[in-house]
Amino acid sequence: MESIYLAIPLAPLFGAIVAGFLGRRIGRTATHWVAILSTATAFALSVMVFIDTVYDGNTFNGGVYTWGISDGINLEIGFLIDNLTAMMMMVVTFVSLMVHIYTVGYMHDDPGYQRFFSYIALFTFSMLMLVMANNFMQLFFGWEAVGLVSYLLIGFWFQRESAIYANLKAFLVNRVGDFGFILGIAGVLAYFNSLDYADVFAAAPLLADVTMQVIPGQDWSVMTVICLLLFVGAMGKSAQVPLHVWLPDSMEGPTPISALIHAATMVTAGIFMVARMSPLYELSETALSVVMIIGAITAFFMGLLGIVQNDIKRVVAYSTLSQLGYMTVALGASAYAAGIFHLMTHAFFKALLFLAAGSVIIAMHHVQDIRQMGGLKKYLPITYWTSLIGSLALIGFPGTSGFFSKDAIIEAVHASTLPGATFAWVMVMAGVFITAFYSFRMFFLVFHGKERMDEHTREHLHEPPKVMTLPLILLAIPSLAIGAFTIGKMLFADFFDGVIFVDPAHDTLAHIGEHFTGALGFVLHGVLGLPVLLSFAGVALAWFFYLKRPDIPAAIKDRFTGVYNVLVNAYGFDAFNDKFFAAGGRRLGRLFWRAGDVAVIDGALVNGTAFGIGRIAARLRHVQTGYLFHYAFAMIIGLLVLLTVFVTFSF
Amino acid sequence: MSSELPLLSLLIWVPIVGGLAVLAVGTGNNSAPAVRWLSLIVALVTFVLSLVLFFDFDRSTYLMQFVEKAPWVPVFDIYYHLGVDGISMPLAVLTTFTSVIVVLAAWEVIRVRVAQYMAAFLIMEGMMIGVFCALDAVLFYVFWEAMLIPMFLVIGIWGGPRRIYAALKFFLYTFLGSVLLLVALIYLYFQAGSFEILDFHALKIGLEAQILIFLAFLVAFAVKVPMWPVHTWLPDAHVEAPTGGSVVLAAIMLKMGTYGFIRFMLPITPDASAELDGLIITLSLIAVIYIALVALVQEDMKKLIAYSSISHMGFVTLGFFLVFTIFRDSGSVQGAALGVEGALVQMVSHGFVSGAMFLCVGVLYDRMHSRLIGDYGGVINTMPHFGAFMVFFALANAGLPGTSGFVGEFLVIMGAFKANFWYALLAATSLILGAAYSLWMVKRVVFGKVANDNVAALKDINPREMLVLGSVAFFVLLLGVWPDPLLEVMHSSVAHLLAHVTVSKL
Repeated sequence: MESIYLAIPLAPLFGAIVAGFLGRRIGRTATHWVAILSTATAFALSVMVFIDTVYDGNTFNGGVYTWGISDGINLEIGFLIDNLTAMMMMVVTFVSLMVHIYTVGYMHDDPGYQRFFSYIALFTFSMLMLVMANNFMQLFFGWEAVGLVSYLLIGFWFQRESAIYANLKAFLVNRVGDFGFILGIAGVLAYFNSLDYADVFAAAPLLADVTMQVIPGQDWSVMTVICLLLFVGAMGKSAQVPLHVWLPDSMEGPTPISALIHAATMVTAGIFMVARMSPLYELSETALSVVMIIGAITAFFMGLLGIVQNDIKRVVAYSTLSQLGYMTVALGASAYAAGIFHLMTHAFFKALLFLAAGSVIIAMHHVQDIRQMGGLKKYLPITYWTSLIGSLALIGFPGTSGFFSKDAIIEAVHASTLPGATFAWVMVMAGVFITAFYSFRMFFLVFHGKERMDEHTREHLHEPPKVMTLPLILLAIPSLAIGAFTIGKMLFADFFDGVIFVDPAHDTLAHIGEHFTGALGFVLHGVLGLPVLLSFAGVALAWFFYLKRPDIPAAIKDRFTGVYNVLVNAYGFDAFNDKFFAAGGRRLGRLFWRAGDVAVIDGALVNGTAFGIGRIAARLRHVQTGYLFHYAFAMIIGLLVLLTVFVTFSF
Repeated sequence: MSSELPLLSLLIWVPIVGGLAVLAVGTGNNSAPAVRWLSLIVALVTFVLSLVLFFDFDRSTYLMQFVEKAPWVPVFDIYYHLGVDGISMPLAVLTTFTSVIVVLAAWEVIRVRVAQYMAAFLIMEGMMIGVFCALDAVLFYVFWEAMLIPMFLVIGIWGGPRRIYAALKFFLYTFLGSVLLLVALIYLYFQAGSFEILDFHALKIGLEAQILIFLAFLVAFAVKVPMWPVHTWLPDAHVEAPTGGSVVLAAIMLKMGTYGFIRFMLPITPDASAELDGLIITLSLIAVIYIALVALVQEDMKKLIAYSSISHMGFVTLGFFLVFTIFRDSGSVQGAALGVEGALVQMVSHGFVSGAMFLCVGVLYDRMHSRLIGDYGGVINTMPHFGAFMVFFALANAGLPGTSGFVGEFLVIMGAFKANFWYALLAATSLILGAAYSLWMVKRVVFGKVANDNVAALKDINPREMLVLGSVAFFVLLLGVWPDPLLEVMHSSVAHLLAHVTVSKL
């Protein structure tokens, strides 16, 4: 089995290398076949591993090679294969495979076709290394590697100023997260003398009551400090407020990668990480509270922004932010399994929604403004029906996969007794309404109502080719059905035993599990619940506003321009960061340079001294230029003398 | 261990004698091709010899290896004494590799006085290896000073318009430091009765004397590193130096400064180092943050990379001096090796990465004769291969995992957290700032639309340039995914050093 584990990440790496270095030579068709087949191999092997791990109970924890040893600490590249990893591998390789296939159609006319395949295959490799890691260092490797590929892909169209602005921004904001993350890792190393998951988790309870003084005189729990630092990393990668600012801009990248990286997989790495670290987080209720509150803020306030967006991809991007907030809330409520469960269902339906958006964009000849769409239902039937499934899953329509995962989160938050749980509950509840409203606002504006596009576009509207619709259909199936099949096993059975650790004192899922009788019972119970009512209300309001009485939204916008502007400017985060951090950093740099280096050090100290010497040198300089070879000559003579002396004295 | 050949002598004298031969060959007309090939052969032979050194090196001992000892000036107990340990050996190999790169990078770029140019670099190579291998303080000092001459000439002859100012500033700074170094060494000679560096290590010295020696060393070595606030010669020297000069400056010469810290300062004055470690750590962290911010606003690519060098070297000095805090707080040196080994890896990695960055700027400068960021834009449209290399090296400069730039920073941050949370926090800002200045430059130079006609007319790198950048990239990647072979070399020497510096000499 070990060689299979190794083959899983290496297959896409091979694809990336071939596509990247030989792509031009072997041509477009051969390139996409190599990339698709290597990812398909990874997927097939992941299925094998999943069966072996989940059904036959064969877990694995072992090294591949020693990266380095320092201070007696073994830093290695190695794999930990358990149910969590096996599930993540399936999700990553499946969505990646769908995106690979879709790309054949979406990027058909792009001159960077081979480069694109190389990048997405490299991404698959990096993401697999991240989820398969058995230690913090490799986790950080994968963490930054997916960030790198994200950087390259957001800036894929490198001639666009907006794209290369967005990719720099994404990288830097992620680096802010990684700054916290690496400090968290350093904290782990400092207190556990190991970066190996198994060692660290085993020793964690011993450090539950240990304190450190970050500020002299203040005793802080070591676990709280470490968990919060690690969570800063998760905030960067999983785009939690206030480090969320890069995700909406990342939509500058081609749509397939928005689906793969900025919706289904990479952005959920933070969620995965916290769930993986549950033995640490369970030791710090402070950290859990912070996680829950940050998640709740993201879930609600980012959802709100989805309402005022008119770019089809940006609406989906804000929806992703909001859903990542839901997952984070679940983590804070110690319902790690629910967070991971939502990660999985979201990966399917959000990848579906993005790819469907891409299909609309292609049909519309790269128009992305939903105000210029409308009535696309009859031109794009497959896209329409699959989008409907994705949207229903997103809003938690009873029976769809999103319903199970979202309801589980809401119930878990409700059961949580940590500080901030009530606030979080209100936020996620309100978020349900908001989600339904913006999702169906977009859905109605795109597919129903008046056809608002120009004549030329309308004439050319048609469903995209099969390579693009097939992935939509294949993603629609799990979006619809996977929740019902897996909820019992993933949330209320032994699926995560020995993987995710929950302190019985805040085991919210166990609390819900007491009443769990099966998927059907869960649906029947939920249908009458508040969340479902709220989401129906959201859909109804969207229908009323955007199909029945389209004059109302405009009137509201005119009436409440203040609120509208706050939302359109996304609460001013970007403006603040630009002014305070970007411009401030440059201003500080210029100050240090001009005042420190140039004026004080060089001006006063160096050149002052040099002035005196310079006067002497000025005279010498007249002779100097012509005689520079004499210096060289003198040097040679000197060396010869040295040589001679050496030879005479030593022999 | 002790091989049949006097390997270290060969490493020093093959390039020096080879350099003289190059000068001799270079006197005739049309001698340039012969000069280039001869220089390359000399550099390659030296590199291969250094590989023998690397593979024959005994990793299990901290003792000096490949030792050669012969009386030189017996009257003053001065010996021609050479030897390497796990600290100096990688630097010698780095020097030989860099020299091959420098010769290749100059191939058809340098057209005037080719022989003198190549000879200067080859002779400099031998002397720099001499610095890293010398075990006699006078021998060390001779190499240390002598290598300034070829560098001075390289900047002064093949440099840019303000080369005289830069060369003078460079000379002035380093000269000041060298004088104090000489005084300290002579004082130590009178105390120890020999010029053996290892005798100096064992010498008992009182605290006041230690502090004076420490300060003398500090001035001498801090200038070379360079540490804030004696760093301002470096940006000027880089800007005026030809590409090869910049590469050697960044890759090797700066390392001589930090090598001085670890070979002289720490083991000779451990108590003074323990007293004054706060000073060094403060200066290091200022370098990491202040200089990174200065790098951010540079408009000249070479200045930007020069400042980035200073910032990265801050990690090296930080890593060296963590041991005292850790030892004071915990009574053991557990964790300190992370800092020192991280610092040593950073020295090697910085040699590759910043050298490569200067090579990249050189490639652009050769074509457009401008180093200003504002003159570029969208280079990747006309130079896709070059663009890929530049992005890669910029990412390595930003410490991306999988590249060598990550290894040193990572280990130093790990060690810093052991010493003090705030050291780690301040050092880790480099993650953000390093990415900011590196990738912002990439954005403005490499990405975007073709900015002007000059960029539109650019030709992508030729096979020779591809070979140069590709071979550096290979090592950057290798060291990033598998630094163990390098770390392994260091363990014994570092452990010995840490045990040594935590025992008081008073």
